[in-house]
Amino acid sequence: MDPELIKDCVHCGFCLPTCPTYVLWGEEMDSPRGRIHLMAQHVEGTPITPEMAGHFDACLGCMACVTACPSGVRYNRLIEQTRAVVEREHVRDPQERAVRGIVFGLFPYPRRLRLLRLPMRLSERMRPFLERVHPSLGAMAALAPKVERRQRLPRLVRARGPRRAVVGMLAGCVQREFFPQVNAATARVLALEGCDVVIPPSQGCCGALSVHSGREDQARRLAKRTIRTFERAGVSTVVVNAAGCGSSMKEYADLLAGEPGWAARAAALRVVDLAEWLAELGPAAKRHPLPLTVAYHDACHLAHAQGIRRQPRELLADIPGLSLREIPESEICCGSAGTYNIFQPEAARDLGDRKAAHVASVGADLLVSANPGCTMQIAAAMRRRDHPIRVAHTAEVLDASLRGVTL
Amino acid sequence: MTLAALTPRLRELLEPDAVITDPVRLRTYECDGLTYHRATPGVVVLPETAEQIAAIVRLCNEHGTPFVARGSGTGLSGGALPRTDGVLVVTSRMRRILEIDIPNRRAVVEPGVTNLAITEAVRAQGYYYAPDPSSQQVCSIGGNVAENSGGAHCLKYGFTVNHVQACEIVTPDGEIVRLDRVDAGYDLLGAFVGSEGTLGIATKITVRLSRTPESVITVLAAYDSIEEGGKAVSAIIGAGIVPAAIEMMDALAIEAAEAAVACRYPDNAGAVLIVELDGPRAEVDRQFAQLKEICSGAFELRVAADAIERAAIWRGRKSAFAAVGRISPAYIVQDGVVPRTSLPQVLASIDRLSAEHGIRVANVFHAGDGNLHPLVLFDDAEPGAGERAEIVSGAILDLCIEHGGSITGEHGVGVDKSRYMPKMFSDDDLDTMQLVRCAFDPRGLSNPGKVFPTPRLCGEVPGVRRGVHPLVEAGKAEQF
Repeated sequence: MDPELIKDCVHCGFCLPTCPTYVLWGEEMDSPRGRIHLMAQHVEGTPITPEMAGHFDACLGCMACVTACPSGVRYNRLIEQTRAVVEREHVRDPQERAVRGIVFGLFPYPRRLRLLRLPMRLSERMRPFLERVHPSLGAMAALAPKVERRQRLPRLVRARGPRRAVVGMLAGCVQREFFPQVNAATARVLALEGCDVVIPPSQGCCGALSVHSGREDQARRLAKRTIRTFERAGVSTVVVNAAGCGSSMKEYADLLAGEPGWAARAAALRVVDLAEWLAELGPAAKRHPLPLTVAYHDACHLAHAQGIRRQPRELLADIPGLSLREIPESEICCGSAGTYNIFQPEAARDLGDRKAAHVASVGADLLVSANPGCTMQIAAAMRRRDHPIRVAHTAEVLDASLRGVTL
Repeated sequence: MTLAALTPRLRELLEPDAVITDPVRLRTYECDGLTYHRATPGVVVLPETAEQIAAIVRLCNEHGTPFVARGSGTGLSGGALPRTDGVLVVTSRMRRILEIDIPNRRAVVEPGVTNLAITEAVRAQGYYYAPDPSSQQVCSIGGNVAENSGGAHCLKYGFTVNHVQACEIVTPDGEIVRLDRVDAGYDLLGAFVGSEGTLGIATKITVRLSRTPESVITVLAAYDSIEEGGKAVSAIIGAGIVPAAIEMMDALAIEAAEAAVACRYPDNAGAVLIVELDGPRAEVDRQFAQLKEICSGAFELRVAADAIERAAIWRGRKSAFAAVGRISPAYIVQDGVVPRTSLPQVLASIDRLSAEHGIRVANVFHAGDGNLHPLVLFDDAEPGAGERAEIVSGAILDLCIEHGGSITGEHGVGVDKSRYMPKMFSDDDLDTMQLVRCAFDPRGLSNPGKVFPTPRLCGEVPGVRRGVHPLVEAGKAEQF
């Protein structure tokens, strides 16, 4: 917790109304301003108390406060540093430790996630049992999506038509194992727009979940491996279709600042979100009509952490026949937030319900978002209110339009 | 009676998570938007209904415990500074919009609803809530009532007091009372609005909704110097135009806003004026023609083409206070008023003060009504800088008083400016105000220590001597 970063906060409170936990509970300690105050108390010598740790754990890391802050407080860095301190100094109770162990031993490892595919099919039936064991396990079961058939991605997808660029593609962990169709769509869209897409099969987790949970050592290890993988693949630009991964990868240089050699290698690797990249590239392929009413959901790690709001909307709005609707209160997190809906199931559920009510008010056929976590979270919340809605990634919608197929 | 005895009783009244006693949590409430003054509250409560607030206040009365109300904690005069020996009543969980009555152009809201939330709730129907403090997306309407908050557009539309039609309040002795604009007799609502929490706590507020103007034109005029900008302001008002807002920022404030939100104001401007005209289209168009002529001395005149460009112009102004954090480690936001015609002299004097003490001052102000917001910048790591900044800040208020102005335009007196009250008001004035306060709060439990410079005793009726009060004798209070 860098005191210089803490000092940037002038206590104006502009962050309060955009903070999901302040919106839920209306108390200072669960607002960014309050959490920064708690950080300051710790820097001044107050040890991390269980109460303090609870308020830090309750932060979703959605970064809406970073967007709202006129003083330029780097809350993203502050909360990452704080989470690392909490991990080091705060002793969690054994049950919590066990659940965290399961999650962090599972999600950053695609191969281990693959083993979950079978139990996920049974998740509906196993849920009451899991719920009794621990609410977090129940939450995991409730979120489980219907998993599509695995699709093995080739090492290289050649550009269709004249080649305009060569890019690497991150396959992700949750995206690869649970949403293989999104990766397939991403590769096709990139190829149809004239990109050679390099997908190194040796790639693993980018480290986003770890960095967002204060597991800095694990995060650094995974970051280095990801950098090395794409260096070896010979690409200097990596396209990412999961908002959480993209925002973390864009901050690799910060994460590895202690190791100058690695920081320089991180800085040499350009990370772009899919929508950001396509908007920059400009459309080349023909768009076929898609007669759909679409509600676009801003993933926090895309809108707040990467500042990407305009590009996905423009990409969608440019599809003939597609009508784009805005979701009220779009700047407030849906409650997914990486592992948040697993560790803080109650708050996540309340936020999910709030988001679902807003989504339902829009009257769309399809909900589009750029993050697998959001999609699972909102879909589950919509199921709870008996208002199931089809969900898709921006890449899937573009893919359908570019290929002239229905979605 | 101590807080230790009071706290269990509070727990009986409220949900378990609505009574905060953990010291680490309590400290997060130690200050509002003005961090210069800090006091950790004895206990914090988060009530959800007027009845709960009334019960809390009655308990405080029973125990002789002071209480302070707080909304979003964005005040800039320390008006919601807690009492270490008291209860902090936070209204941030009371944020329901209870009723929207478009035919009668009013809305009934709970005190924790934010100023902007009211506008957002009625915008689609073509209405808005007019007073617009720069913190409008976060500040609560309850706090607006307590401080009689203003904002850029108050030049034409008036302050909070002009837009509140009724309030349900909990009086300092714990009674729920409704004050209505239409009540016959004394204007108690008028007395309550702006009383800074000393006359009770608002629990339900009926606000007036205004029709969204047919036409809005926002102009950004860049000048080489503050003087030229100031002359344009006088000329605009002199021509009989009442714009919705006339705002001015000097070079340093522009630099801060640029650093914070990249507002892209014209380069090398010594001052920018933001003038907004609104109303029926024909009237706005005619005023705009006049305005262009008056502002012909500006080296650049920019007109917002649409709502997005208008928002971009305003973003620079509305973020200015917090933005100063980008160009200075610490700063004091001052709030004073001078007659519009004295603006040039006062600004020149501020310049001199700034040079004399080696303290930078950025100026942001509601130029139309002479409400200055000098931002006194200093480095708190530099020994003595804080004290010098305090001197400059105080001297600016002296300037305001000298020129026949006021020590506060809209931020309130709070704890920060109570010591300037005797400079502006005679003892008789202060005594009279104290009589009003005593009529509502004879025991002095509602936000004590604010507004008035010294603790005064309600039992002591001015003019009637009853011997020396023990506190006076002990030198702890001053009798009047």
